[in-house]
Amino acid sequence: MQKWVCTICGYVYDPAEGDPGNGVAAGTKFEDVPESWVCPVCGAGKEDFALEG
Amino acid sequence: MPAIEIKKNIYWVGAIDWNLKDFHGYAVARRGTSYNAYLVLDDKITLFDTVNEKFKWDLYHQVRSLVRLEDIDYIVVNHVELDHSGALPFMVDKIKPEKIFCSPMGEKSIHGHFHNKDWPLQVVKDGESISLGKRNVAFMETRMLHCPDSMFSYIPEDKLLISSDAFGQNIASQKIFDDQHDLNLLLSEARHYYTNIILPFSPLVQKLLNKVQEAGLEIDMIAPDHGVIWRTHPEKILEGYAEFAAQTLKPKAVLVYDTMWGSTQKMVKAVADALTEEGIDIRVMSLKSFHHSDVMGEFSDAAALVCASPTHNNSMLPLMSDFLTYMKGLKPKNRLGAALGSYGWSGEAPGAMAKVLEEAGFELPEKPLRSQFVPAHEQLTQCKEMGRNLASAIKAKTQA
Ligand SMILES: Cc1cc2nc3c(=O)[nH]c(=O)nc-3n(C[C@H](O)[C@H](O)[C@H](O)COP(=O)(O)O)c2cc1C
Ligand SMILES: [Fe+2]
Ligand SMILES: [Fe+2]
Ligand SMILES: [Zn+2]
Repeated sequence: MQKWVCTICGYVYDPAEGDPGNGVAAGTKFEDVPESWVCPVCGAGKEDFALEG
Repeated sequence: MPAIEIKKNIYWVGAIDWNLKDFHGYAVARRGTSYNAYLVLDDKITLFDTVNEKFKWDLYHQVRSLVRLEDIDYIVVNHVELDHSGALPFMVDKIKPEKIFCSPMGEKSIHGHFHNKDWPLQVVKDGESISLGKRNVAFMETRMLHCPDSMFSYIPEDKLLISSDAFGQNIASQKIFDDQHDLNLLLSEARHYYTNIILPFSPLVQKLLNKVQEAGLEIDMIAPDHGVIWRTHPEKILEGYAEFAAQTLKPKAVLVYDTMWGSTQKMVKAVADALTEEGIDIRVMSLKSFHHSDVMGEFSDAAALVCASPTHNNSMLPLMSDFLTYMKGLKPKNRLGAALGSYGWSGEAPGAMAKVLEEAGFELPEKPLRSQFVPAHEQLTQCKEMGRNLASAIKAKTQA
């Protein structure tokens, strides 16, 4: 599964880990993360993330 | 420095770093700086931010001239970078505060810096308020302006915004108010500071300014953590930030270069001449004379960047790599670029610089230009051609 990077602060969303602290279970693909989810470091929305690489 | 009352029962208690040149290891402070901290005397006596660790005794004596340290109840940590939090462990030790307020990311940063789990931290979220007695403090998270932990503290009763690093300038002066200085100089220092620290987060600045406007906050004083306090012209620095964040560009080019034997410098001058003939404002800056942060300061409002370096061991000179790495990280938007340089046999530098400019999102109207050994009149004519074409692109961009 692809990792996604926050273009504002550099935080990496790793689907293997998810973001359990904010209601996203480990194993959740970035595409399936709710639209209301925001970057846990800087608060940027999903639209500010880019595919890692 | 004596403590200075900035509003009834609110005091500046910061420290002035008159001799500072090296700002945080990445920029040059041309006029020194200050670390501003503020003490509010209310039912709950509250200290907003501290100073660089080297100045902890300055802070101590400032505060001591007003109250005994153990009489302070609260500390607010708007930002955990060490220029404002370095003296925090010392002050916590002296004050033994009832509470230390910080943002959610501030809590993580405080642990990451001081590894001190027994401090009475109280995390405040965006929009939360606390009462100090006669006054309230409303907190506003400003993540990534310029760190995840950054926040503002707003005191509605005094219409006072304590804004952490935002709206600051690197100026050391005992005159701590905006109206004691030339306004244009302040705005130009604020722009220089913005460009070197906050520029990459310009979209967030625009969101924040809108949020402040929508919230209808009445602000008649902005007290940042570096430089002067905006008491007479708070609207000027707010307008300034809107302009810096919009990256409104002027018909101006910065020509940044390094050179071994002067051939590349000759080429730069030819480009500069053509730009001047076409009415474009220019700054010619050798990286041996100007620090990368000074070049960025000048580039802040320039439509174009011309990078010139000879080829050295199959690449550009190291000061140019340094500059380009720094510049790219600050993510300037919507710019034009050009790359050129002299070479001896393989000539990789102009192509290498052009590649970085393209990766940084620059539009390059001209192909990289190189010239073997010392340029003759013919090669310099080509450089002028490059300058003229770049000038047309600059005009098209800035008139649009
Ligand atoms: C202007 C500035 C920009 C920073 N940018 C980043 C960044 O993009 N990513 C990151 O992980 N840390 C960033 N940091 C945090 C530093 O890496 C961190 O404070 C580190 O502990 C500094 O190490 P040092 O004491 O060796 O300088 C930045 C800090 C500053 C002051
Ligand atoms: Fe900072
Ligand atoms: Fe700072
Ligand atoms: Zn982020």
